[in-house]
Amino acid sequence: MTASFLRTVRVAEVEPVASRIKRFRLVSADSQPLSEFSGGSHVTVCMKAPDRLIRNPYSLMGSPSDTSSYQISVLKVEGSRGGSEFMHERVEVGTELEISEPLNLFPPAKIARKHILVAGGIGITPFMSMMGELEALGADFELHYGVRSLGDGAFCKLLEARYGKRIHVYLQDQGQLIPLERVLANQPLGSHMYVCGPKPMIDWALRTATLAGWPDENIHSEQFNAPPIGKPFVVKLTKSKREVRVGGHQSILEALEQNGIDAPFLCRGGACGQCETSVAACDGFIEHNDHYLSDAEKASGKKIMICMSRISGDAITLDL
Amino acid sequence: MSTIKSRPIYPGLSPDPNARRNVVVCDAAGAEAVVELLARADGEFAGRTSVVLSSEGLFGKESESIVERLKPATVETTAGLVPAIDRLKEILASATMGLRLYAAGSEPLIGSVVQAGAENFIDPLSVRTEHRGSLKRRVQCVHCKGMTENVTTNPVKCAQCGLLLLVRDHYSKRLAAFQGVCINAETPDESPELKVEFQ
Repeated sequence: MTASFLRTVRVAEVEPVASRIKRFRLVSADSQPLSEFSGGSHVTVCMKAPDRLIRNPYSLMGSPSDTSSYQISVLKVEGSRGGSEFMHERVEVGTELEISEPLNLFPPAKIARKHILVAGGIGITPFMSMMGELEALGADFELHYGVRSLGDGAFCKLLEARYGKRIHVYLQDQGQLIPLERVLANQPLGSHMYVCGPKPMIDWALRTATLAGWPDENIHSEQFNAPPIGKPFVVKLTKSKREVRVGGHQSILEALEQNGIDAPFLCRGGACGQCETSVAACDGFIEHNDHYLSDAEKASGKKIMICMSRISGDAITLDL
Repeated sequence: MSTIKSRPIYPGLSPDPNARRNVVVCDAAGAEAVVELLARADGEFAGRTSVVLSSEGLFGKESESIVERLKPATVETTAGLVPAIDRLKEILASATMGLRLYAAGSEPLIGSVVQAGAENFIDPLSVRTEHRGSLKRRVQCVHCKGMTENVTTNPVKCAQCGLLLLVRDHYSKRLAAFQGVCINAETPDESPELKVEFQ
């Protein structure tokens, strides 16, 4: 993907929707109307922080049929790499941002008889557009939404008003947990489960579904991990014959982009495989943080997903 | 290996230890694969397993001996592929998630099981399959759309329109059939020899 895929939007509205969560409404700031998208899509938002460039993916939350504006929600994460802090502290009504075109790596299964959506915290965001699409299709769905407290649950009231009994909210501070085993029991053949939330929750949901005898084909998840932080190191590029320093709070991909080097990417979360890069040499250990490469590929040390993984060591040489 | 992408491949049966209920459809040759499947799984697996046996071409005693060998799985014996698939559809109509579907035997049997599964919202990739026995095929004539069953020769005469069909590896999951294309459209008076290719 290159800069030509980017487009400029203007922030039309900023609204705090829960503690630490702000919703942003974005309208086109160039001559083109916004593109249509499908339920479950996200855009990558480009943030020009004073010291570096950050690009984070955020799910589109509006109705897929409404292209007058895009809506994203951002949870402010303490001690993070600065993307969510940038959105919370530096972005206000009128701010112009560059975003990618929508991309969907989490679409609902069209052949499903029933859709069971499982959200934890900010993991509700991809389901907002997905439910809009499922509702328009007349599809059977239910949402199980776990939040720390009502104050942390963005959109609980809105969702209950819109979808009624199909919405099940669980408040952690009231000792309520998603009774997933019970939810998954006796669902009709052809049910599909979708989960989005923190990694431990996703792992738990996937394991619960597998243990309930659900085939892999009926289980779907999406996770936007920020690239883990670490120590700085150097990336040497064989094709462009350049050396780039990767900061402790940066991913390899971000460091390349900051230096004007065009590397392929799509999801920026270690899931899609687009940024797979061959390793020519590595002076240190690769810390693989993706869920794309197989264990054998990771162990071989010949490949790295540059959006998520880094090294502990001095330098890595990549075929770029 | 076929270069045709749609040509199905059958990885072999393996037990899903987490399935609440296992439903297996097989013919006499496929039953051997099911015996091996049960032997590979833990003791409780068979207790959660029911087998629908298509007993086409079997004598009563042969069927009984297969039923015996598949114990302690429960076995329902049906007279052939069509009643076996009808029975499978009844089972699937009231089934819930946690059911794992398996098919073992000839390609028309496997294809029919996958097809019945898909009609009941089961992803074809979720069906565990193993080919055993005859290579016979179900062939759809691309011209008249008629089906010819149990095809062992190539070319084959369409059972509906009588055209002589080249049997391709092109496969339709929706129809559970390989595609047959007229082999002598431009020279109808020439009839290439029928070779037994799918014994």
